[in-house]
Amino acid sequence: MSKVRVLVGTHKGAFVLTSDGKRDNWEIRGPHFAGWEIYDIKGSPVNPERIYASQSNGWFGQVIQRSNDGGESWETVGNKFEYDGSPDTHQYYDGSQRPWQFKRVWKLEPSLIEPETVYAGVEDAALFISSDGGQNWQELAGLRRVKGDLWSPGAGGLCLHTIIQDRGDPKRLFTAISAAGVFRTNDAGQTWQAINRGLHSGGELPDPSAEVGHCVHCIAMHPAHPGVLYMQKHWDVMRSDDAGELWYEISGNLPSDFGYTIAIHAHEPQTIYVVPIKSDSEHFPPEGKLRVYRSRTGGNEWEALTKGLPQTDCYVNVYRSAMAVDSLDPCGLYFGTTGGQVYASADSGDSWMPIARDLPAVLSVEVQTLP
Amino acid sequence: MIRVILPVQLCSLANVNREIKLEVKELSSISNVIDALEEQLPMLRGTIRDQVSQQRRPFIRFFACGEDLSQDPLTNQLPEKVLTGEEPLRVVGAMAGG
Repeated sequence: MSKVRVLVGTHKGAFVLTSDGKRDNWEIRGPHFAGWEIYDIKGSPVNPERIYASQSNGWFGQVIQRSNDGGESWETVGNKFEYDGSPDTHQYYDGSQRPWQFKRVWKLEPSLIEPETVYAGVEDAALFISSDGGQNWQELAGLRRVKGDLWSPGAGGLCLHTIIQDRGDPKRLFTAISAAGVFRTNDAGQTWQAINRGLHSGGELPDPSAEVGHCVHCIAMHPAHPGVLYMQKHWDVMRSDDAGELWYEISGNLPSDFGYTIAIHAHEPQTIYVVPIKSDSEHFPPEGKLRVYRSRTGGNEWEALTKGLPQTDCYVNVYRSAMAVDSLDPCGLYFGTTGGQVYASADSGDSWMPIARDLPAVLSVEVQTLP
Repeated sequence: MIRVILPVQLCSLANVNREIKLEVKELSSISNVIDALEEQLPMLRGTIRDQVSQQRRPFIRFFACGEDLSQDPLTNQLPEKVLTGEEPLRVVGAMAGG
């Protein structure tokens, strides 16, 4: 029988949750790296026993951990992230220019193709690659050449938080940065272009349709529909049907226009999920009801999924990297909250159950479906 | 032989006791001690001193012989009692965060 492994990064360590394919009985292991922030923990699609974790804190900086046995044991690998050439400057909150300065790794994205290749999205925003399993890192500096001086931090920092590799064309990568926007490369990261046309940031930018500067919270792409991208933007849920050339809004009947995360059903490329959050000043669900919203039509028409989720007095948040899907049938969904709960659905979101209740605040949730 | 007391988080990371003993080839400064520490315990690279700037991380402090050495250049001569192993060099995670 298949097995599911849910990798949970929290403010105070990492946890590994496992179940068989029924997904009704879960074992929790951890905390790994107790006391450290785990911004991301993710397994390699090529070798699922290979898992990477981004471990950091304000005192001791960044550590990268690697496991070769599915999270049973760990070893530290390279943690030197040096910007290529002169670091230059980016825009700061107050409009002044500040030098790029490495703070932490937000995202670790193992290659879909190469077992020893892994990408790292960092703050201050840049993309790094390692071709030796995380021992050594080099910046793909062409990304910051795309008007990097105009990028500015969102409230969480100037972070590169999403990395998507196109399975059908592995040299094509998409990255998303808060607050800069979405960028695409067709040559494995050497050259990049901003793909933000159609995004409007009227409250944040002097030019609401600027080429860069947009606060993109998360993007997702289904491998079977490689030209279709979905986005949870700071405001609004957006979609592109042409690999980011043009975005249009698909918020439809959602109860708010704010949120962090977005995910796609493993087997239905038009079925997408978001967790609406009230606003950027009140980081909790509207009306105190924790609801996942599902669209089976690729956006605009949304239904609330509430069964098993708290519908009164719930004031947690769900961060951008804290929702993921498995590839079983029916598709399983998982998301973690700032209240330390991890909720799971084994029926494509129709019903939910907590599989962990009292963890530290959840920063990231990744899922591995194992044979 | 020099004695170094590490913060508990770094002891966990390196899987060592709070106090460790280090052989340092050219011992005179905190910088020499960190060099030896990172060579013998490579998992600690970058956790005390930034790998790119080579500067002390902002929330790290160095204490020895009742003195705070944190603001001194890392290349300054360590106190004699630290060099002889009579007193430890304490690496401290600064009190911060409320």
